[in-house]
Amino acid sequence: MATVRLSFSPAPVHVRTARLVGVAVARRAGVREDLLDEVRLAIGEACTRAVALHRQYGLREPVLMEMSDSGQYAVRVVDRAPIEAGIGLAALPPDELADESLTDEALTTGVGFALLAGFVEDLQVRPVDEGIGTEVRMVWPVGR
Amino acid sequence: MELSLATRAVGEHTVLEVGGEVDVYTAPRLRERLLELIDGGARRVVVDLGRVDFLDSTGLGVLVGALKRLRAAGGSFALVCDKEPLLKIFRITALDQVFPLHPTVDAAIAADSTGAGA
Repeated sequence: MATVRLSFSPAPVHVRTARLVGVAVARRAGVREDLLDEVRLAIGEACTRAVALHRQYGLREPVLMEMSDSGQYAVRVVDRAPIEAGIGLAALPPDELADESLTDEALTTGVGFALLAGFVEDLQVRPVDEGIGTEVRMVWPVGR
Repeated sequence: MELSLATRAVGEHTVLEVGGEVDVYTAPRLRERLLELIDGGARRVVVDLGRVDFLDSTGLGVLVGALKRLRAAGGSFALVCDKEPLLKIFRITALDQVFPLHPTVDAAIAADSTGAGA
């Protein structure tokens, strides 16, 4: 099993780096080419969400992304924000998406979660085992 | 690829051509440009996503923001997109039911000019 870990300051500019690394490792692990766009998008959404939470709570700790390829390609994105912030993600119904009362932040969060849920078949959002924070775990098959 | 933004006028319409990656880092620049256009009096806005190769939830949030602002001002807002990966993003988020989506700029302008604006 090979593992690659990336730890980055919670700044938007680094999310692109995380996407590039995540896709490079996915390709190396043998994830099918036609899935790589989805891998790119899902990793981007998970990291964007983590960065937004760290900024919201004024946390300077880095966001952690861990990729491993033991028979499948698994990516964990770990934030350190209070747990209540990470739970309660929900996709928004279409008639609420353009609702005037919906804030931009709520819209972006809802759309981000819809993308994660839509592009990742094997998705888990759960509290981290130790300490404060949430882990978004995404798994893709490798090989043909 | 970095974000690129170019504006041109087509009759009464303002067409904003977007290229590159629209993500959490670059989306604020797209938001600023759209606000500049709307504050500057543009009321019929078409955003051409033809050269966009990455679009995330932050970028989608900016586009919805522009749609709401224009609708409140009595204007119209439409998107041009014919790439399947991007269209899939609109379908998965149900935003294909929120935005008028057209395959070409000409189609977007023609649809808006016949009174089918957003």
